[in-house]
Amino acid sequence: MLRSTLKAFAILGGLLAIAPTPARAAGEAIAIPDTRFSFDGIFGTYDRASAQRGFQVYKEVCSACHSMRLLSYRNLRELGLTEQQVAAIAAQFTVVDGPNDEGQMFERPGRPSDRFRRPFPNQQAARAANNGAYPVDLSVITKARLGGADYVFALLTGYQDPPAGVTMMDGMNYNRYFPGHQIAMAAPLNPDQVEYADGTPATVEQMARDVTTFLAWAAEPELEQRRAMGVKVILFLTILGGLAYAVKRKVWADVH
Amino acid sequence: MADSGGAAATDGTPRRDFLNLVTASFAAVGVGAVAWPFIASMQPARDVLALASTEVDLAPIVEGQAVTVMWRGKPVFVRHRSAAEITSAREVPVSQLPDPAPDQARVQKDQWLVVLGVCTHLGCVPLGQKPTDARGDYGGWFCPCHGSHYDTAGRIRKGPAPRNLEVPQYAFTSDTKIRIG
Amino acid sequence: MAIGLHNSDFKNPVVRWIDQRMPIFTMMQKEYGTFPTPRNFNYFWNFGALAMVNLMIMIATGIFLAMHYTPHTAYAFDSVERIMRDVNFGWLIRYVHMNGASMFFIVVFIHIWRGMYYGSYKAPRELLWMLGVVIFLLMMATAFMGYVLPWGQMSFWGATVITNLFSAFPLVGDWIVALLWGGFSVDNPTLNRFFSLHYLMPFVIVGVVFLHVVALHITGSNNPLGVEPKGPQDTLPFHPYYTAKDSFGLVIYFIVFACLVFFVPNMLGHPDNYIPADPLVTPAHIVPEWYFLPFYAILRAVPDKLGGVLLMFGSIAVLFVLPWLDSSPVRSMRFRPIARISFLLWTVCFFVLMYCGAMPAEEPYVTISRLATAYYFAYFLVILPLLGRLERPLPLPESIARAVLGGGPLPAGAAAKPMEKA
Repeated sequence: MLRSTLKAFAILGGLLAIAPTPARAAGEAIAIPDTRFSFDGIFGTYDRASAQRGFQVYKEVCSACHSMRLLSYRNLRELGLTEQQVAAIAAQFTVVDGPNDEGQMFERPGRPSDRFRRPFPNQQAARAANNGAYPVDLSVITKARLGGADYVFALLTGYQDPPAGVTMMDGMNYNRYFPGHQIAMAAPLNPDQVEYADGTPATVEQMARDVTTFLAWAAEPELEQRRAMGVKVILFLTILGGLAYAVKRKVWADVH
Repeated sequence: MADSGGAAATDGTPRRDFLNLVTASFAAVGVGAVAWPFIASMQPARDVLALASTEVDLAPIVEGQAVTVMWRGKPVFVRHRSAAEITSAREVPVSQLPDPAPDQARVQKDQWLVVLGVCTHLGCVPLGQKPTDARGDYGGWFCPCHGSHYDTAGRIRKGPAPRNLEVPQYAFTSDTKIRIG
Repeated sequence: MAIGLHNSDFKNPVVRWIDQRMPIFTMMQKEYGTFPTPRNFNYFWNFGALAMVNLMIMIATGIFLAMHYTPHTAYAFDSVERIMRDVNFGWLIRYVHMNGASMFFIVVFIHIWRGMYYGSYKAPRELLWMLGVVIFLLMMATAFMGYVLPWGQMSFWGATVITNLFSAFPLVGDWIVALLWGGFSVDNPTLNRFFSLHYLMPFVIVGVVFLHVVALHITGSNNPLGVEPKGPQDTLPFHPYYTAKDSFGLVIYFIVFACLVFFVPNMLGHPDNYIPADPLVTPAHIVPEWYFLPFYAILRAVPDKLGGVLLMFGSIAVLFVLPWLDSSPVRSMRFRPIARISFLLWTVCFFVLMYCGAMPAEEPYVTISRLATAYYFAYFLVILPLLGRLERPLPLPESIARAVLGGGPLPAGAAAKPMEKA
């Protein structure tokens, strides 16, 4: 009886496991290479140094067009920056606040509790400044794209000259991994575009890896806590399962 | 399974009871651990805690005047005290107060009194900020809900309130500016 | 005993005092303590209890999420992300709720599948079965409205597509759609009413679940043999036998649940739902949540709008009349070799439809969907009624005890030999 039950479950489980996957694989199939990140796997954690460098890349390159409206400067504490460093970063930006007692809006230096400054006040302004293309918000970008961090890394390093025979639309750039291959964003990273304080050579790949790590952290800041808790919960449940099974056998011993 | 419950076996307790007890305790720990995230989720969230400071420009507040500013969703009274008010606050023997505290301990600069505008009785906002308000018997604030009288140092003098108006954490960022929180 | 008091068997004075005035302890003892339950359940019989626990988890997490969620188009997406980032353990509660919906459907699909395989819908359990179908429908409506609340791209476009289904109905269609929307499109009024109903419906489900359990405790449970218990030798008291067995199953269920929540919380979701809703841009490929895919495939299998909608609703409505379509007196498929094969093929078709529902509406998926849809309905409307007349079932065991213990009727408790667990 147990055998047949298990068999039936195995079949059902197998079918359930494969059934939903095509939902993710559908669409134009471009193979995204699997990039190794520090946060891969069950025990992976964010490489803090890399994520800090990634924030620098975001701040000096991406943030010219891309907002991260769900993040606040205070969140950077989680990347290992000190309270003073965060306050100093926040103070570099000017924030509109108000209204004051005269009813006027006024500008003041940013505070850690402020959201990341947005490059454009709204979507229309962003489009107007970018030939009609909207630079997407990057707050949860690795959760919002098929392939996640792998895709973001592939996109950042996937720029190349269009292959022969491909006609590019005006103002578009060729990218191997962008769906349709024509992307409005020009290759954002160039060698030595930023100068890392820790002396890491700023190759395109290094910058792409760093900023991807930063963006993955921004999208899932709870990831490390989640996985650590998950390991504990599963261990606990495994023991509880063993105990429950022993109790069940004991209870049923006099029936069989 | 071999009988491994040695301790249970020696005192004659059936093994199943011991096993049941361990399993039930484990399950109880699990249920307790599950309850915690739910309870914690009702505590202030991180963005709420992060918004906990307010700046006030003192320059426009003339002597005898008071302003009310919002801090953590509650009113803060900032009062520019006159010399007479300071004196009256300091003349009272501290030992006669329901909640003894010297005036000096409640201010950073003598003329500036900063207190939470929340009556320590049941949380109403006392009157006394506007020139037309009743200020109670001691020239400070008067809570109309249940009749508590506060003096010019925000100390409780009469009525049901148990404690003085709370002084929030604040600091002078310049001569004419304070940051609360 | 004083006049008017219930005659309580409980010794504990406090319990007794309450029980005499309101015999809930007697009732619990009767329905979950000594309740005679067939002795031969396999682990498929855990799933009713699992569904009940799952419903409680959804209600608990949902109530706490609602404390932080804002049902407004301008704030909904951000308030969900705020739960994920700023609320203490908000990510945990939200991921449990989100994956809890998937777990709920996995559990309920298996629960329904078990009912169909072992003939649990047959007399005298028709009403029990129909109440179950009602619960399933309410669940689908609740899940659909819940998916709209984060106000991502899939929320918005899923809501748009599904509400537009109702426009297929002649005469009243547009009126119904406007009623659902509260405007000219899916917008803030829609989000608000969906939030309200999403909060309400689980409690309606609780009510129907209660009726489902009441009906169950009148007829008693079916069992893998489909043979009614004939006496005490065929049954066991629910406690401790099935409480122990359900507890073990529950822990296994929690382990699967925890794997989803802690390690792949977004696996069953769609990345597009992390893009805020944009009424001007439709995602390239709209797919509903995985548990709706089979029904979505049936919808798309029909080239006619109204026909597709009717067939989709019909695919669930047919379950209501299943007890009368299947006229065979034998419940369990174990003793119905042809029906068993037909049903397993139906199960395969269900998964094929699930697969096709996730695929773009193009060949070969359209043709496959049509074939699978045809078989889905043929099983109910043609095969089962015919088999009821034509099929020769295998000989049924005389009683549960005889089949289980392999000998003649034995005195209770005198197990002749150790046998397989379950």
